[in-house]
Amino acid sequence: MKRFIGFIKKEFYHIFRDKRSLFILFGMPIAQIMLFGFAITNEINNVDIAILDKSKDVTTQEIINKISSSKYFSNKQLIENEAEIASVFKKGKVKAVLIFENDFSKKLIKENKATIQIITDATDPNTANTISNFTNSILHNYQQEINKDIKIAYQIIPQTQMAYNAELKSVFMFVPGVMTIILMLVSAMMTSISITKEKELGTMEILLVSPLKPFQVIIGKVVPYIFLSVINAIVIIVLSIFIFKMPVQGSLIMLGAESILFIINALSLGILISTFSETQQTAMLVSFMGLLLPVMLLSGFIFPISSLPNILQIISTIIPATWYIIILKGIMLKGVGLAILWKETLILLGMTVFFMALSIKKYKIRLE
Amino acid sequence: MKQTNVIKVENLTKMFGDFTAVNAVSFEVKKGEIFGFLGANGAGKTTAMKMLIGISTPTSGDAQVAGFDVYKNPDDIKKNIGYMSQKFALYDDLTVKENITFFGGIYGLSRHQIKEKRCQLVEELGLQEVVNELVSSLPLGWKQKLAFSVALLHDPKIIFLDEPTGGVDPITRRQFWEMIYKTAHNGTTVFVTTHYMDEAEYCDRVSIMVDGKIEALDSPKKLKEHFNVASMNDVFLKLARG
Amino acid sequence: MKIIGYIIQKEFKQIFRNKVMLPLIFIMPLIQLIILSNAATFEVKNIKFSYIDQDKTSFSRALIDKFEASTYFNVITDFSSSKIANSAMLKGEVDVILEIPQYFERDLLKDKKTDLSVIINAIDGAAAGVENVYIIQIVQSFNKNAQTNLMQPSDLKNMPKSILSIPSFWYNKTLNYKTFMVPGILVLLVTMITLFLSGMNIVREKEIGTLEQMNVTPIKKHQFIIGKLFPFWVLGMLLLTVGLIIARVLFNVPMVGSPVLMYVYTSIYILVILGMGLFISNFTDTQQQAMFIAWFFVVIFILMSGLFTPIESMPQWAQHLTVFNPIKFYVEVMRMVMLKGSSFTDILPQFGKTFLYAIVMNGLAVWSYKKTS
Repeated sequence: MKRFIGFIKKEFYHIFRDKRSLFILFGMPIAQIMLFGFAITNEINNVDIAILDKSKDVTTQEIINKISSSKYFSNKQLIENEAEIASVFKKGKVKAVLIFENDFSKKLIKENKATIQIITDATDPNTANTISNFTNSILHNYQQEINKDIKIAYQIIPQTQMAYNAELKSVFMFVPGVMTIILMLVSAMMTSISITKEKELGTMEILLVSPLKPFQVIIGKVVPYIFLSVINAIVIIVLSIFIFKMPVQGSLIMLGAESILFIINALSLGILISTFSETQQTAMLVSFMGLLLPVMLLSGFIFPISSLPNILQIISTIIPATWYIIILKGIMLKGVGLAILWKETLILLGMTVFFMALSIKKYKIRLE
Repeated sequence: MKQTNVIKVENLTKMFGDFTAVNAVSFEVKKGEIFGFLGANGAGKTTAMKMLIGISTPTSGDAQVAGFDVYKNPDDIKKNIGYMSQKFALYDDLTVKENITFFGGIYGLSRHQIKEKRCQLVEELGLQEVVNELVSSLPLGWKQKLAFSVALLHDPKIIFLDEPTGGVDPITRRQFWEMIYKTAHNGTTVFVTTHYMDEAEYCDRVSIMVDGKIEALDSPKKLKEHFNVASMNDVFLKLARG
Repeated sequence: MKIIGYIIQKEFKQIFRNKVMLPLIFIMPLIQLIILSNAATFEVKNIKFSYIDQDKTSFSRALIDKFEASTYFNVITDFSSSKIANSAMLKGEVDVILEIPQYFERDLLKDKKTDLSVIINAIDGAAAGVENVYIIQIVQSFNKNAQTNLMQPSDLKNMPKSILSIPSFWYNKTLNYKTFMVPGILVLLVTMITLFLSGMNIVREKEIGTLEQMNVTPIKKHQFIIGKLFPFWVLGMLLLTVGLIIARVLFNVPMVGSPVLMYVYTSIYILVILGMGLFISNFTDTQQQAMFIAWFFVVIFILMSGLFTPIESMPQWAQHLTVFNPIKFYVEVMRMVMLKGSSFTDILPQFGKTFLYAIVMNGLAVWSYKKTS
């Protein structure tokens, strides 16, 4: 036991002596969460549009004013003919073009209807679709305004309530995601690299022939990183509460415990990666290239899991981050406890045990 | 034959912040001699050597290597010297042949010269069997001998060896020193750092560094006479204990 | 020139010899391209829909049928009380709860107007907004049906004015997300691989001690750097080529613009990334450090590139920061040229900035690479 503690101390010295890495380990997650918390949103606003007004009358001017004053659009640009549409799209800035037909006002009065064409640059389908919807709802409101004297018969009016996030803040979506990405990658990368480094330098063999048992060696290597990651997690949680006003509806203790579980899970994944890789480069490539994009795209961090194709939904269930994100949102936003999150917790626990068992098995094979 | 100095060093100093690693050393090395650069770990041997081979800029003092100034013409120095570091520095993931070709190539040897050198070298070292094996599969002793030979590929005027025999077995060490003798015999100056005092006996002249300063410089025989002891080891112990 | 050739040859040998790294460098990105391009969609589908029908009339049934018929909603459950429904939402079993009040049909017929309560799980605010739009659309079309079916002759004189909008989606008529994502993800993979390889390469030689050996040789800085980076440049271009073929064959992504323009731009872009990798390499002592710095920037570059989330929606200061993001330019150019057929003059701003970036980055890299200490 004393030997073991001595060994852990050595690992701490390694980490704390390397001031630059230490700075990176703590500074970067903070910088990232600040940057992303403030900057990233999947809302769509300030879109540049172009307008082709063939009618140039009072009504079209009113509609144009409505549209320009909305927060969704900025920088409207007037164009004179259809030929210009392609060229403004090709420059890339303008995302939508509105075309008012000839005699817009007249037609609206005489025939009770007039037409606007909404052309969107659908290379980004999400923005295109959303702009189209926004414009429609602006037009819809305008329509109701001009029709306000007419009582429309038979209306069902939905009263919508946005649960857990009344203001539809996207920060609620992104903070748990960013937190997960940071903890996952930092923990998995750190352990896999530090263990393969010992392998590469040949010092691993020295440790393994020492009276320490292999699992003690591994645990000894991991303990300092658990410590570091926990500090990172605490900093991130504090920042999200005080700076991004993330609520913690549920229990802080449970939030802490689940985070530690997730950190240990990520660390054991790191160990597993290190058992498969002989060089630091391999370990890095796997934990950097192999984890970054899949975790970002399949965990529900940015894209809703329910929209994924079935096969990818299945893949997303084997990504630990998926479950941690559900747990984080559950505790922070919904205020639920273990009574509801027991399944997710068990899955994380099971994965952790699996990673560890596999690593220990791999190490034994290597030793024999 | 007229003896010329191929290395001239005067008051060479290197400081890292407040710490003086090399403190105003001066010495000269003659053409074709085996010059031993001795000292305990951390005495400043490697730092001094790095200034001479042009990968570390001196804080003050003057030095000329192979007729070129270390400040003004480090690249000319590099063309005229060979270097073998204490860390094994050939590419592990290249074969013996590929390593030779690569280093020959970057020293500007022609394809023909490289081939000729390679055959000669492989034969001398008895590496015929492993010429297409990865260097990582060779035993350490062979690697060191190969590294030494590779450092000599471009026929440098001076070869710098930084603790070349660290970690190899006594037989290999013996063979290694035979190679060094042969090299010196062919007219190449050998500048070797070591902390094995028995190896010092093989040198023509040795300098002993203690805490960044050269405390003694002469042939092993004269040093032993001067300090009135039986071996270089005793000379060193006397100096190190002040 | 001959010396550069020897370095290039050596680097290629080392890359192709490594049986572990090679598949990682090539296969992993391509598999990711194939799999992940399917993942990136903001389309909201398969919404877990539930309802509480307290009216139980033919009218309420008809409304629910409308939802069942929609492709967006998977009608899962019919809850008996809002209490049960709410707890199901807490567990994450449902996304939307529609509550049809008692006397729904009666009120509609009598008052010509009735309310409906909808609760949406809004943790993902953007998705909730979209779900809301779908619900409103369904209810509106239900309204229209009701109006035409129930309209009395007396109502007829009050015909409202209506503005019709005709949407048309250019360059991607079917709003196919893959068309959008494949070029973007390809950009990420090319960037990550080249940055990773160049960032780790020199610091690795530093760690194993071969860099010192290189530094005592008479090779010039520029020879060494060009020799080192050229192989990665080739790898990047190769990866792009295979990626473009996959995009074409597997995902049917069009190549409207000029492939030559694409390659010319990419060849400069990769220089930016390689310069950046080298710069990182020069300032770090261990691969671990280099790795973390590379990781830090890559995550920032990816998330702020406009690939997954729109740049226009970021706050002003953040939009200014994206000027330093090479991935942003590449994503823009790739989409413009591939999907819209933009010409050289159209991408001139991005081209110019990337070019400038390449000069600055490589200048810094060469400057900071020191053969002496």
